Formats: sequence, C-alpha cells, structure tokens
Amino acid sequence: MLARLKQMLIKEFIQALRDKRTRAILFGPPIIQMLVFGYAANFEIHHVATAILDLDHSQESRELVSRFSSSPYFDVRRQLTDRNQIVDLIDRGEAVIALQIQPGFAENLRKGQTASLQAILDGTNSNTALIASGYVTQIAQSFAQDYQRDRMQRTAPQFVKLVPSVELYQRPWYNTDLKSRWFFVPGVIGSLTLVLVTTLTAFAVVREREIGTLEQIMVTPIRPWEFILGKTLPFFLIGLVDVGLIATVGTFWFQVPFRGSLLVLLTGTVLFLLCMLGVGLLISTVSSTQQQAMVTAFFFIMPAITFSGFGFPISTMPQWLQWLTYLDPLRYFLVVLRGVYLKGVGFAILAPQMLAMAVLGIVLLSLSVFRFHKALD
Amino acid sequence: MTAAVQPALTIRGLTKSFPGIRAVDGVSCDVYPGEIFGLVGPDGAGKTTTLRMLAGVMPPDQGSATVAGSDVVHDPEAAKHDLSYMPQRFGLYEDLTVDENIRFYGDLFGVRANERRARSAQLLEAAGMSEFRKRLAGKLSGGMKQKLGLVCALIHHPKVILLDEPTTGVDPVSRRDFWRILYNLIAEGVAILTSTAYLDEAERCHRVALMHEGKLLFLDTPAKLKSGFAKGVLAILSSDARRMKEELKRVEGISSLVLTGDGVHVVIEDPVRRIPQIKAQLVSAQVPFSEMRQVVPTIEDLFVDAVTSGRSGGQG
Repeated sequence: MLARLKQMLIKEFIQALRDKRTRAILFGPPIIQMLVFGYAANFEIHHVATAILDLDHSQESRELVSRFSSSPYFDVRRQLTDRNQIVDLIDRGEAVIALQIQPGFAENLRKGQTASLQAILDGTNSNTALIASGYVTQIAQSFAQDYQRDRMQRTAPQFVKLVPSVELYQRPWYNTDLKSRWFFVPGVIGSLTLVLVTTLTAFAVVREREIGTLEQIMVTPIRPWEFILGKTLPFFLIGLVDVGLIATVGTFWFQVPFRGSLLVLLTGTVLFLLCMLGVGLLISTVSSTQQQAMVTAFFFIMPAITFSGFGFPISTMPQWLQWLTYLDPLRYFLVVLRGVYLKGVGFAILAPQMLAMAVLGIVLLSLSVFRFHKALD
Repeated sequence: MTAAVQPALTIRGLTKSFPGIRAVDGVSCDVYPGEIFGLVGPDGAGKTTTLRMLAGVMPPDQGSATVAGSDVVHDPEAAKHDLSYMPQRFGLYEDLTVDENIRFYGDLFGVRANERRARSAQLLEAAGMSEFRKRLAGKLSGGMKQKLGLVCALIHHPKVILLDEPTTGVDPVSRRDFWRILYNLIAEGVAILTSTAYLDEAERCHRVALMHEGKLLFLDTPAKLKSGFAKGVLAILSSDARRMKEELKRVEGISSLVLTGDGVHVVIEDPVRRIPQIKAQLVSAQVPFSEMRQVVPTIEDLFVDAVTSGRSGGQG
C-alpha cells in the first residue's frame, strides 16, 4: 500500500524534475513574475505629464506654477499660450492633466477674493486622474494657506496669532510611507501560488487521462486515494517551495517587512494549498484534454483573483458579490499574508481566516475526490 | 482443450449498450489456460468494449465474467492481480525510461524487486529490447513502445491477459517478437484473449470467434471453421485485381469477394462447376487473369463472407 504510494511519488518527482525545461517552468517563472509584478503592480503616481496655460502672467501665478513643477508628482512638459492647445494635447495623450490659470488670478488674490485654478484631467484612466486631482488639491490648498499667512504677516501681523487652524498629522500604521508595493507584494505571492498550483495539478492529472495512463493505472491494484495522493502531494511540496522562493524575493529584493512569524505563514500556506489542490483536481475531473483544463482554469483564476481583494477593495463591491467573495480561498490567504507581513499578527487574530480556509479546503478536496471517483467509471 | 481443465476466463451473457447502440450483445465464451483466443471483427464490432468490461474499467449492463475464479463484475479489485489488460495504446510514461516504466507498473502490482528484475530481463530479451533499458519510452519506435507495453503488462505474472489489437501499426519484426512472447506465455499456462484486425494473426490463435455487431458469430478452431465451411473458394490471380473484383460483382450466385495480394478470392457454392461461367465473364470484360483454381478457405474468406452476407454462420 505505502509501496504503491511511494512509487507514485517517485514517478511524479522524476517526471517533474528530470527535464531541464519542466524544472525551469516550476521555479523560474514564479520568481520572474514576482519581479515583474513587484515593480509593475503599483498605484502610486509620479511624473504625471502636465501642461500649463498661464493666462495671468503674474508673480502669483508663476509662484503657483513653480509649486507644480517642483513637485515629484507632476512633470510640467508644456507651457501653453492658447486654450485650444489643451484639447489637442489631451487627445494625443501627451498630457494627462492641464492646468489653466485665469486672467485676473493675482488681482483677485490681492483683493482678498477667490481666485480660480482650473484642472482638466484625462479621465480614461480614472485611477490616475483621481489621484492626480488629489495632489492638485493639496498643492492649491497649501499655496492658498501660505498666501493668506504671508498677506496677514505683511498687513496685520498682530492678528496672525488669532487665526485658528487645524493641523493634520497623518500616522499610517504598518506602512508609514503608504508604499503600494508593500500592499501588492504579499498579494502577488498569494495569486501566483493560486495560478501555479491549480494549473499544475489540473494539468498533471488530465495528462494521465490524455495519454491513457490513467486507465492503465486503474487496472492495477492501486486505490484511487493512493493515486490522488500520489498526484497531489508533489504539487503540494512544489507549491510550498515556490511560496518560499517568491516570499524570499518579496522580503529581500523588494524589502517588504516581514513582521510576523514563519509558523503562522506556513500554516496559512498549507491550508491555502489544500484548497488549491482541491480546485486543481476538480478542474481535472471536468476536463478530458489539457486545452479544456487550461480554459477551465482560466475561468476560475480570473474571478478568484478579482474577488480576493488583490487589487480592488471588497468593501466597494455590491453586497451579493461580497457574499460570493467568502467562497474565494485567496481572499483569506491575502489577509493572512498581509497580516503576517505588515502587521505581524498571529494565530489569535488570523484564526477566522485559517478556519475558513480549512473548511473550504476540506469541502473542495472531498468534492474533487468524490467527482474523481465518478469520472473513473 | 480438454474439458477437465477449468477455464481461466468465463464470460456469460455480457451485454453493454450505449445511447442508440447495443455495443455488446450477450457475449458468452470460455478461455482456457494455455490458450490464445482470438476475437476478430470489423471496427465498431464491440471488441474493445468487451475487453474493457473484462478488465473491470467499464461495468456491463448485464452478464457476468470471472477471471481465475474471481467475479470481475462485482469485485473488480479481487481479479486485478491475476489480470492484465493492454489497450490499443498502452499507457506508457514517455518521459520515463524503459526500466522506470517497468518498475512503476511492477511496484503498483507489488512485484518484489528481485523478481521484477529477473522477469523484466527475460521479457526484454524476448522482445529484443535489452539494450534499450535506459532509453526514454518516448524515444522508442511504435513497435518498441507496444512491446514495452506488453512487458509492463506481464511484469506481475498474470493468469489472464486481455490484449486489444496489440499489433496494430506494429512493424513485422516487432510483430514476430510479440507473438513469440505470447507463445512463451502459453507454455506457462496463461490464458490470452486478444482482439485483432489482422486475419492472418487469427490463424495463429487456438480458437477464434468472429464478433459482428456485438455478437459472436463463429467460435471454433481455425481448422474446424474452415472444414465446416459449406461454400467453396476460387482463387483467381490477376494483375488488375480491383477491376476484376468490380467485374465479378455482376456474376450471379457469388456469395462474397475478398481481395488478396495478387488477385481475388471468390466465395461461392459449388465452385468448380462455376469456373466456365466466371471465365466467360472476365474474358468478355477483357480483365486480365492468369490462374483460377479452388483453394482451402482462409479465416478471412469465412469472416468477410459472414459479415458481407450479413448472416449468422452457425455455432457460437
């Protein structure tokens, strides 16, 4: 009995590790993708292409423009002379934002009236536009505040002390600089593991069906559970090694702080891998060729990543979709990953996620084993 | 085969239907130790379905079958150690070597290492593959792959072997090796049930049965089948056998026509009396022919006649 299982495992490892190319596929792409995602998955905005139309030509307007050109968020590429140029620049994508300072800007300020600054944004990338307009507001406000203070200092210094103001001190915990990489890298570890383990498992089983070895094995005295264990255990171990590799890259290359305990991460990973093996097996029971398995896996992977909170916050999804996300194992694993990495929390806090993954894992595995038995008949 | 020997494989009323077709229809027969039983028939006759049911990978709708005394329908697990099933394409791992494939299947059957080594050395020798043990299975020729499949299928000393068209697409040299291995097994008292599309191979079996539309039509030794054949066979040699076959279709009373390598076999009642009439027809159609004589029917003549005239031939 154990001899049969052992032989299954030996065979799987020979198959997975003998060929140089297969070996490379198991461990190369995860690291490369981690590097790619680590650099690319980023919501931060720097050097937004900016055009400025200053129709006031005053000292004040130049002071405002200089605040934009000295900001790391904006890259002032063009100084315009005519309003019509704006449309052209935005259409061509040469500018994402155009700032227009109306004539009389300085005059209004000097009179103590409201002066207007218009920002025209390319909304095709709503995220960039939203964040850029936030930075515009910040710069405009600080300009206004400084201008008021200066003016008061010059005209009525005795009142400066009487003007009340609220100063905001932001102290973001866990990610002091609000680096989006710190948010994304743990997410990439989770989603890469999901893609890797489900497809590898599904492909490995479907391949046996495709080349006829599955039927051949079933006329030997091997029990279906021995076959399933023999097929899944190697990918479980390969999955663990891959998580280790990409987590190492995330921690040491991208310098994402690892504040929690390895044991908590390991426990979460084991539970998550159980779910993924279940999904992989389930895909293999509904596919008779590797192409079918590929398409089926794709239909699982896309929503699983989207609903996990990898990039889009779950709290903004419609209620019915939010309920659906509770079925997504990645949702829980991401909480565990981010919790362990950034917050350094332990079992006490992550228990609900661990439990959810354990339940999902058991359900998925039982379902797939049951379906696998049926598919053999 | 003597009646005192217990059959190694018994099949009783085996039936299986798929939507719209009765693939296997009440098949019954016995295969004895030391016997090669040939199952012959056109594609779609139900040979593969029969073998799959016997192998325990497909449950029958009705009927029963025992392998070395174990009921394969109700307890497929019990028969597995005594049984070997080789489908048309044996499931080999192309990225494992010859030795690794043999070891894998040997271990799944719980064959001890020293026993496996001795057995595989002997089988590989008989297959003419001793020097390819370290080669990847995927790098073997088609015939070699099939022989390796046979070695893997025999590694656990089965008592009953089910072969599904094992030599289809196999080169003549490998086919000869294949049959040599089978004859060696017969000496060990193994029972072999094989399907084949090659009718010359059917002649090498101890007994053959024609399977047609899910039923067994003939069932006897090749010699008895031939001597019991009521019709006669005329062999006509020709340099244009195809055209001759077309012409002969016009002659009344011909039961069936079988193309051979160098001419046509005409299955017909009372053949000698019909020679002048057939000659006249060929001369008037200006079909070249050189020789025309009565010959002993081949299994192919019998079966083609049975299938084309669409009648049951009798015993079965």
